[in-house]
Amino acid sequence: MEISENKKAYWQANVKLLFFCLAIWFTVSFGFGIILVDVLNHISLGGYPLGFWFAQQGSIYTFIALIFFYTWKMNKIDKQFDVHEE
Amino acid sequence: MELQTMIWLVVGASFALYFVIAIWSRAGSTSEFYVAGKGIHPVANGMATAADWMSAASFISMAGLIAFMGYGASAYLMGWTGGYVLLALLLAPYLRKFGKFTVPDFIGDRFYSQTARIVAVISLLVISLTYIVGQMTGVAVAFSRFLELDLFWGMVVGMAVVFSYTVLGGMKGITYTQIAQYVVLIFAYTVPAIFISLQLTGWFLPQIGLGATLSDGSGVHMLAKLNEVVTDLGFAEYTTNSSFGMLNIFLLTMALMIGTAGLPHVIVRFFTVPKVRDARKSAGWALVFIAILYTTAPAVGAMAIYNLAKTVHTGENITDNQTLAYEERPEWVKNWENTGLLKFEDKNGDGNIQFYNDKNKEFTPVAESYGWAGNELNVNRDIMVLANPEIANLPNWVIALVAAGGIAAALSTAAGLLLVISSSISHDLLKGVFVKNISEKNELLAGRIAMTFAILLAGYLGLNPPGFAAQTVALAFGLAASSLFPALMMGIFYKKMNRQGAVAGMLAGLGITVFYIFMYKGFLFIPGTNLLPDTVDGWILGISPQGFGTIGAIINVTVAMIVAKNTAETPQEIQDMVESVRVPRS
Repeated sequence: MEISENKKAYWQANVKLLFFCLAIWFTVSFGFGIILVDVLNHISLGGYPLGFWFAQQGSIYTFIALIFFYTWKMNKIDKQFDVHEE
Repeated sequence: MELQTMIWLVVGASFALYFVIAIWSRAGSTSEFYVAGKGIHPVANGMATAADWMSAASFISMAGLIAFMGYGASAYLMGWTGGYVLLALLLAPYLRKFGKFTVPDFIGDRFYSQTARIVAVISLLVISLTYIVGQMTGVAVAFSRFLELDLFWGMVVGMAVVFSYTVLGGMKGITYTQIAQYVVLIFAYTVPAIFISLQLTGWFLPQIGLGATLSDGSGVHMLAKLNEVVTDLGFAEYTTNSSFGMLNIFLLTMALMIGTAGLPHVIVRFFTVPKVRDARKSAGWALVFIAILYTTAPAVGAMAIYNLAKTVHTGENITDNQTLAYEERPEWVKNWENTGLLKFEDKNGDGNIQFYNDKNKEFTPVAESYGWAGNELNVNRDIMVLANPEIANLPNWVIALVAAGGIAAALSTAAGLLLVISSSISHDLLKGVFVKNISEKNELLAGRIAMTFAILLAGYLGLNPPGFAAQTVALAFGLAASSLFPALMMGIFYKKMNRQGAVAGMLAGLGITVFYIFMYKGFLFIPGTNLLPDTVDGWILGISPQGFGTIGAIINVTVAMIVAKNTAETPQEIQDMVESVRVPRS
């Protein structure tokens, strides 16, 4: 019974982290790159209009950072709940 | 050295390398054949995934799309990269934990249903076969353009190379060849881009160059100047061009993202790493290697269209109305005219070339005031990357490298697709459904035979491409988005999803998506059989067929939920299986 409680808590921690990461995933691409693109285009990043930069550059960099952040955080959560490999 | 000799040398050397890898990495067991014995280092797998994923379309066509669509092409850039976030967070680690060989394996076991397994195999085969036609056509075109080989013999050589490492080496051979192919293709893509960025802006990194000022002393930003040039030629402003409207960019981006995450040949790459945590990390590395090309592509596209416009319109500003005399056209224009991918027609008979948007009615009076009588330069989008080294006057070895890179991109994706096609037949259909007690040795043999037939079929389709080849991308992504991705997601995240719900959901998503695409593109893509015109006005609620996969996915989930609520609950042992998939160690 104790084991399954632990698994449940582990899964909840994972789902919480997933929601957080997917919120960022959605914000940088659909939010900044599409819905708010016209507003952000009033701001410049060098010669890039900011909205355009998010759509063609920034969102991709954020995606990479996001996957590595999730990986790092999950490795910690795995250990914390003692479900890590080895 | 002469260009032709150089190309033979570079392409020949890359082929020799693939052959050596093929012989060195022969597969001895079904585990090695299907998933490379689950022993691939996560960074190496990331690189192989990048080559597997980046097809002839990414390498050759994407920059051309960006060049002509500007901001509107962002859907492809975000869609084809953002899918990896979904893959890393929602699918890869759990499917790796499940620990079997194929995507239908998971769907069949999780939904304890042979019907579900067979529906998954059918989706997989349709997706992979439509996808592979494009790769083989790409190989054939590259061979005939660069090696001046007859199309047929070009295809024979390509098939022989693919045969050597896929049939002998299976996933193990494919993985190591893909790593080599990644190196070839990324060099081929970035080297010309760096040279062009240096020429135009003085910046080494194209990603920076695109946002920098031009090095012609004007102090004007690259993108600001490009906006001015294209609007002066009657095109939409580059950085805000969005002809499909926001809704469709949104839906297309989403469909490409979930479609990417649902593509079987990408998913199985994450079955090859040793551990669950490696699957997460490996997806991150895959995206790093993909992003090197995908963040360079916007610069390649923008700079190519800029160079093209400035080559033809020679004045300081477009409004100066100074255009290039046809007789004085540069060498690269002549080369590409020979292929028929670049065409000139002197409509106003002034002996000069004018390139502008003659479909823009508001621009017509301006064009007339210049004495222009229609666009005179017809440019195939696909030559943007291939002609880049010539446009920028780069040495012959760079052109040879681009040839080898284009072929590497097509071959690596073809190999990944061939593997999932053959394993779905030998593993999912033969072992899973028809001959359950097949020995491992015979299954391996069946895999190799299926692979051989798949290569022959792909080669045949590459030589005789069905007229709808260009339309099939929408179909492949639409199907992956509306059938496989939701089924996998619900399988992992919703324990109560049962057999009836999953099968009904997949069939509903699949059915409505195929129907919607056929409604606009013609049934089985037969011209003239479409029910409604494929234009913004004809689309139901303004939704384009390309982006419909998103709607298909929503319908899949909705139907699955309703059916699951009203049918027998998932058996306990299946719920336990889901529990165990969710934790790395149990």
